[in-house]
Amino acid sequence: MTLLSIENLDVRYGQFKAVRSVSLKVGAGEVVAIIGANGAGKTTLLRTLAGAIRPAGGRILFKGEDVTAMSAYERVKSGMVLVPEGRRLFARMTVEENLELGGLVKRGGDWSVERIFSIFPNLVKRRHARTGTLSGGEQQATAIGRALMTNPDVVFFDEISLGLSPLVVDQVYASLAELLKSGVTVVLVEQDLKRAMAVAGRAVCMLEGQVVLDRPMPETTRDEITEAYFGLKRGQSLGGAH
Amino acid sequence: MLNQIAQAIVLGGYYALIACGLSFMLSVMRVINLAHGSLLVLGGYFLWYLGEHYEISPFVGLLALVPLLALVGWALQRFLLERSARGGELLPILTTFGLSIVLDNLLFEQFGADTRSLAPYIGDLAWDSFELPGDIFVGKIGVLTLVAAIVLLGGLQLFLSRTGTGKAIRATAEDPDTAGIVGIDARKASAIASAIAVGSIGIASAALGMRATFDAYAGGAQLLFAFEATIIGGAGSLWGTLIGGIVLALAQTAGAAIHPQGFLIGGHLAFIFVLFARFFFLPGDFTYRLRRIAGLAK
Repeated sequence: MTLLSIENLDVRYGQFKAVRSVSLKVGAGEVVAIIGANGAGKTTLLRTLAGAIRPAGGRILFKGEDVTAMSAYERVKSGMVLVPEGRRLFARMTVEENLELGGLVKRGGDWSVERIFSIFPNLVKRRHARTGTLSGGEQQATAIGRALMTNPDVVFFDEISLGLSPLVVDQVYASLAELLKSGVTVVLVEQDLKRAMAVAGRAVCMLEGQVVLDRPMPETTRDEITEAYFGLKRGQSLGGAH
Repeated sequence: MLNQIAQAIVLGGYYALIACGLSFMLSVMRVINLAHGSLLVLGGYFLWYLGEHYEISPFVGLLALVPLLALVGWALQRFLLERSARGGELLPILTTFGLSIVLDNLLFEQFGADTRSLAPYIGDLAWDSFELPGDIFVGKIGVLTLVAAIVLLGGLQLFLSRTGTGKAIRATAEDPDTAGIVGIDARKASAIASAIAVGSIGIASAALGMRATFDAYAGGAQLLFAFEATIIGGAGSLWGTLIGGIVLALAQTAGAAIHPQGFLIGGHLAFIFVLFARFFFLPGDFTYRLRRIAGLAK
């Protein structure tokens, strides 16, 4: 069943077209990795889906409803939530307060502060600490927890490994695997190809604002992804044409 | 000496009460509401009108005034501040300055230059006092005002830290864009914050009218005292506002003890001293430090 449908989406920053005629369908329970180089339009696409940016054209349908004109908070209420790049936590509020903010949406569901702490046990001892004082990994865990507290149907993860040490990234991805068991739909923007390929069931590669590859992960080779990632023609390597 | 300190603490409670709405708006919305004093006087006239024409006690009148002012605060945010904020952080301040001029002149046109007071409608409370050990007398209305300030500031602090709406308001104050992607309606949170800030002015209006007289242009002085208490206590801190009010009153009392004309000067000097001390001890460049002191930067 299609949960999220994107039709001919265009996003502009002034004259610059950051996302061009992107069409995409995401099924319920699917894990989709959007990959691409810097400036490919991945984050813009995700922020547009979350309602943080207004598209210049096209439509976004969520559970069959046109949500294109909906504001960000209305989309959260309907079941879409973004874990933004850079975490964007409320630094003057505690971990627990940040998590509780997600719960204010009152969508009803299984996620609670205690359940978040069971997935991220290292947050328990920091629950009353202001998030501005947390380590990068703890901040990322709080950002993910805050999003889950909205009891979402789909979560958009934007560069969750950015700025974190490899060890911390391992921990975050281990937690991600745990939450995927709950059946939540995930759209993941990630520059780390290896990690994205390990968790996702489908790869969508963007280049210069367009989708240049959209295939199930098991059928996609690393070479195909690399070619799409860098915009190479088939048989062309990064070192030059064969 | 003890008597003067006791009087100053009670007066500080009044300053904290009139600064409460200003401090709340500054701390959660980063807006210096220059119409604060005028709204305070407007509330005073409302209560006076009820007393004069319908013999309604100001305490009963508050039941109508607070919700009405809350409605004014909501409309102020939705129709003026929200729109003017799109033009930068200085535009809302200018907007409230314009609003204060309009209000002052409308009040003058309506009620003229005569001074008014709510004292005739509160019976003995207007002049009665408590006797404390050491032959110290403090006015009942002053004590009531101090208690009201503590209850109001404490209530607001509890509201912000314990309730969902309070947390949503704090989150919106910190980062309205991120609040949106967490599912918070930032427009609604700001409108509620403005309604609370302006609604609380009603209680200060009653205190103003009960302990003193006011006229259409009395708002400017009230705004100045409220602003000084807010800044002395630390812009953005509600409990700091109470301390700021008491410090301001103590400085005024000390000024008056030194020279008969020193009451206001003492307060202003304390304000300037705190301002300069903060400025020199804060980190960051000149502009950032100025904005921090005014409560416009985090």
